[in-house]
Amino acid sequence: MSVLVYTESDNGTFKKVALEVASYGKAVADQLGTTLTAVTINAKDTSILGNHGVDKVLNVTNSKLETFNANAYAEVIKQAAEKEGTKVIIVSSSADSKYLAPLLAVGLNAGYASNVVEAPSSTSPFTVKRTAFTNKAFNITSIDTDVKLIGLSKNAFGLKEHSASATVEDFSPSIPDNGVHVDAVDKVTGKVTIADAEIVVSGGRGLKGPENWGMLEELAQVLGAATACSKPVSDLGWRPHSEHVGQTGKPVASNLYIAIGISGAIQHLAGINASKVKVVINTDPEAPFFKAADYGVVGDAFEVVPKLTEKLKAFKAQQ
Amino acid sequence: MKILVCISHVPDTTSKINFTEGDTKFDSNGVQFVINPNDEFGLTRAMWFKEKQGANVTVANVGGPETEPTLRKALAIGADAAIRVNTAANDGFQVANELAQVVNDGGYDLVIAGRESIDYNGGMVPGMLAALTNANFVANCIGLEIDGTNANAVREIDGGKETVSTTLPLVIAGQKGLVEESDLRIPNMRGIMMARQKPLTVLEPKGAAEETSSVKFEKPVPKGAVTLVSPDNLDELVNLLHNEAKVI
Ligand SMILES: Cc1cc2nc3c(=O)[nH]c(=O)nc-3n(C[C@H](O)[C@H](O)[C@H](O)COP(=O)(O)OP(=O)(O)OC[C@H]3O[C@@H](n4cnc5c(N)ncnc54)[C@H](O)[C@@H]3O)c2cc1C
Repeated sequence: MSVLVYTESDNGTFKKVALEVASYGKAVADQLGTTLTAVTINAKDTSILGNHGVDKVLNVTNSKLETFNANAYAEVIKQAAEKEGTKVIIVSSSADSKYLAPLLAVGLNAGYASNVVEAPSSTSPFTVKRTAFTNKAFNITSIDTDVKLIGLSKNAFGLKEHSASATVEDFSPSIPDNGVHVDAVDKVTGKVTIADAEIVVSGGRGLKGPENWGMLEELAQVLGAATACSKPVSDLGWRPHSEHVGQTGKPVASNLYIAIGISGAIQHLAGINASKVKVVINTDPEAPFFKAADYGVVGDAFEVVPKLTEKLKAFKAQQ
Repeated sequence: MKILVCISHVPDTTSKINFTEGDTKFDSNGVQFVINPNDEFGLTRAMWFKEKQGANVTVANVGGPETEPTLRKALAIGADAAIRVNTAANDGFQVANELAQVVNDGGYDLVIAGRESIDYNGGMVPGMLAALTNANFVANCIGLEIDGTNANAVREIDGGKETVSTTLPLVIAGQKGLVEESDLRIPNMRGIMMARQKPLTVLEPKGAAEETSSVKFEKPVPKGAVTLVSPDNLDELVNLLHNEAKVI
């Protein structure tokens, strides 16, 4: 009957979203008066999970699962859920978890609600709040099936600490043959990704051309931030498509989003609105972004950004 | 090769989002509906397969009669035929089930759907449809080549991309990158005229079950006014971000 979370790892180390789903899972388990089980795949050290409320870890180690495969991973989680007699399963909103979740939902006949931002407001009926219309609204959804699957939005519930330790059990599910084979993975190393970043520094058409991104990258480096851009910037080929954020690009749910030379069109704002704190730097005080931002600087990016970088360097040096 | 492109009929990206009937229904008053942007990239890729590899392209939507202009637009862009399953789309599982029936009856080799629809952003239908029809599935697809029954696809992952090989039958969830923005087509007069002659078949739903239900909608709490900082006083911005917002 325990609640099950899939705590995903990257090269054996848990992602932050894994600890978020554990924290969320603990809250749901408390609501239901039950325990929390986590299933891990090729994780190196699972001890941290106890600190976020996990009672029991089902530890899967299998060389067949070294590269992510949605079908196989969904099957592992399904078997873990069946073993535990789980009624509520929680996964994150990472690209991988969003890939496997619909497969898992069908496999378990589970009703699935994605982009959930809060603990259930009621467990009978089982009611959750999720974002809709690309963050322009929320939808209160009830999951009406016996088994329920929740996709938790990134950076929505936060991390909760519990001082406990989890028991660890090795688990060896059967792994199905895969119809999709990964031939090559091309992953930028040593750079913060938009998905994982706490801070995102984003540039728009106001930066005039690709040659001017140096100052933005420097700012990002000082902050340990990921870089992003508006849609026209990627359409013009100034920056790669993978940096395009917004309604038709990547969603951003960081702690801090700094928009530089971005007007704040509705399609842009929709995709980044889930960020906690927004800063805008723009020459035009009428730019719509000022209505969406928490802090704003009306000024020329070419002067403001290098100065801000210097100030932040000094600040970091003091820390 | 028979391709089915799943088309979601969604409010234009600039639409004001409002609700009626005690915040339980989306207010479509004055809202313009369009082909879901992610699906439009997929449709454009399907046109490429039609023109270069002789594929036959059908578009499908689960929805009421109000979605037909969106299907006609897809026909005007170049799809050969359209199918509308005549029922309101209420939940991802229900829609995937209705589409599974269309896929099984039509014997499609490749199903192109979008990463998510921009209204409910569920991101469920493509994966569920793949599972229900026992097809291979590639999400966040930003590149696709088909050779016979073999497929090579590129999937966007967090922080990079992945190249995969698989076989038909295949379902993909596509997005920008599958084709470039500049490849998207605006229907021309000839396309619009031809679309009138193309078949748009209305199928009765099989009455698939729903697993979730929408209780109501809420709008985000309006946010407070922006705090402006002078460009000559950026120490203040650093201070605010550190001490007030606590994000650095
Ligand atoms: C279907 C559809 C989907 C879309 N999806 C997205 C999406 O996902 N993401 C997205 O971003 N857009 C999207 N758009 C595009 C969106 O409508 C805007 O066109 C786009 O966001 C504008 O980008 P921008 O702010 O970089 O450029 P602009 O609107 O040109 O703004 C540039 C800004 O820079 C400022 N500026 C100029 N010089 C300086 C300077 N020296 N210093 C500081 N500021 C300066 C200007 O005042 C201006 O506000 C979409 C549009 C459509 C139709």
